[in-house]
Amino acid sequence: MPLLELDNVHSYYGHIQALRGISLTVDEGEVVTLIGSNGAGKTTTLRSIHGVLPPREGRILFSGEEIQGLPAHGMISKGISQSPEGRKIFHRMTVRENLEMGAYHRNDRAGVHEDIDRVFELFPRLQERFKQEAGTMSGGEQQMLAIGRALMSRPKLLLLDEPSMGLAPVLVERIFQTIEEINKQGTTILLVEQNANVALEIATRGYVLETGTIVNEAPASELREDPKVREAYLGEI
Amino acid sequence: MTTGEATKTRSAAVIDGIKSSTWSSRIAVALTAFLLVMLLVRAVQEPALFTSQLLIGLTNGAILSLIALGYTLVYGIIELINFAHGDNFMIGSFVGLTVLSGTIFGLGLFAPITINSGAPLRILGVLIALFVAMAACGLLNVGIERVAYKPLRNAPRLAVLITAIGMSFILQNVGLVWKGPIQVPFPELISSANILPSDAIIFRWKDLFVVLVTVPLLVALSYFIGSTKQGKAMRAVAQDKDAAAMVGINVNRTISITFLLGGILAGASGVMYGLFNGITIFNVGFTQGLYAFTAAVLGGIGNLTGAVVGGLLIGVISAMSDQYIGTSWTPIVIFSVLILVLVFRPRGLLGDRSAVQGGGE
Repeated sequence: MPLLELDNVHSYYGHIQALRGISLTVDEGEVVTLIGSNGAGKTTTLRSIHGVLPPREGRILFSGEEIQGLPAHGMISKGISQSPEGRKIFHRMTVRENLEMGAYHRNDRAGVHEDIDRVFELFPRLQERFKQEAGTMSGGEQQMLAIGRALMSRPKLLLLDEPSMGLAPVLVERIFQTIEEINKQGTTILLVEQNANVALEIATRGYVLETGTIVNEAPASELREDPKVREAYLGEI
Repeated sequence: MTTGEATKTRSAAVIDGIKSSTWSSRIAVALTAFLLVMLLVRAVQEPALFTSQLLIGLTNGAILSLIALGYTLVYGIIELINFAHGDNFMIGSFVGLTVLSGTIFGLGLFAPITINSGAPLRILGVLIALFVAMAACGLLNVGIERVAYKPLRNAPRLAVLITAIGMSFILQNVGLVWKGPIQVPFPELISSANILPSDAIIFRWKDLFVVLVTVPLLVALSYFIGSTKQGKAMRAVAQDKDAAAMVGINVNRTISITFLLGGILAGASGVMYGLFNGITIFNVGFTQGLYAFTAAVLGGIGNLTGAVVGGLLIGVISAMSDQYIGTSWTPIVIFSVLILVLVFRPRGLLGDRSAVQGGGE
């Protein structure tokens, strides 16, 4: 049984259809990436899974249980957590408070402290900025915080939306190394990324999205060699 | 050496600031300074009278602060000016009055509590009136949000503003039907006698009562928002609703709790207003609501400390205006303050939306 399964999911923004029957699976332990150009529906897929934009049609199964239609705030206790597009950290709170908010639904103080330490091991920069107001940090640090906050709920499935956006290449590499590390520690990852190069490097499998439908699905190594993908998303002719 | 340089750069910055300021803002500063100097002259001439007015202003301001907090809490979380809030305050004073009358929904539960009742009964009556009004207004505010604002959560901002005004009219007319079109007297349960031994400076039991109710409420509110999990959730929702939902915060429930808090404060304020001024009327929420709204804007809408500072300032300004300019001029003075703030410092004295979102300016 896959950890996450989308079965013919249709989602709309008002009257505009953004997803036209998405079906995909994510198995436990995998890093699956959704690649595609702007407006293809990558972020919408994550928003639909997370219940922020409930799908109008189709089923979403998590560990075999139907979760479409559940409120967004209920997902975290199911084991789904997200580092959203645009990071969406709490700007006027400190780094520490942001991480604590990530563990909002938990009541085990000791465990939360342990997890804060774990996030600091993954992102030592955050430890230096412990008491700083999050909105005053650099883009890269905010991205680290967004991922760190998402990890604070000990998710089974981590949804990552454009973690490379707006970051310098050196920083992108470091963030992706950490994402690999998080995956090795046992978290399944669904990664949405415009930077298909780095995404396919760490992913096990990938889906290619175009205008709300999946046009291709293959192991990441195959997608990297696919001439169409190379032309459209890897910047090669 | 370094401190000297620091002072130098700071004074240079001040001079630059003055050079780059506009003429209209210079006039505004000059006018404010002139009024402050005039006030100071009066204060030196008759210090006792000035101090008494200051104290009255602060107590009136405390009552306003509690209403202003309701505006600012709601604005901070859903960016709505809840125009029905002032009328909720009026309903609070009516509920308090009804409780004190002892006859609720035509049922005579107990004899009216009046000035002739014994001290313990009076204290008990006031406390019960406060608690009932706080509960009623808190729940009323939650209900208003459910019925009138929640269905419009994703509608254009203007639509919600219009329902808020509509809600205000509905409550006002409920008040009109309930207690009629004329002023209704509040029993004089708290003595107007001066606490202070001298007759020169006046600080009455009534004033003390307002302080004794307001301060604990403010401390409790500040603790709730600063230190409890629910308070942190409120700050998170105010900053980013999507992100708050993603970390597991029930956004709708958090918004309801914000309205509950605002309503509770309005209820307490309504009962205090009645006991303090001896009267209430169905449209008291309109005037007091506008004053409180002015206070919230003056302090910086969305900023909790700002609402309290703004409330106290508006209270003091109106007391001073009553004394030295004339009672009929007071509304003009207060709304001139509103216009001046909106023109010259639209974000308010302490900056908008900062405190409820966590962290000051």
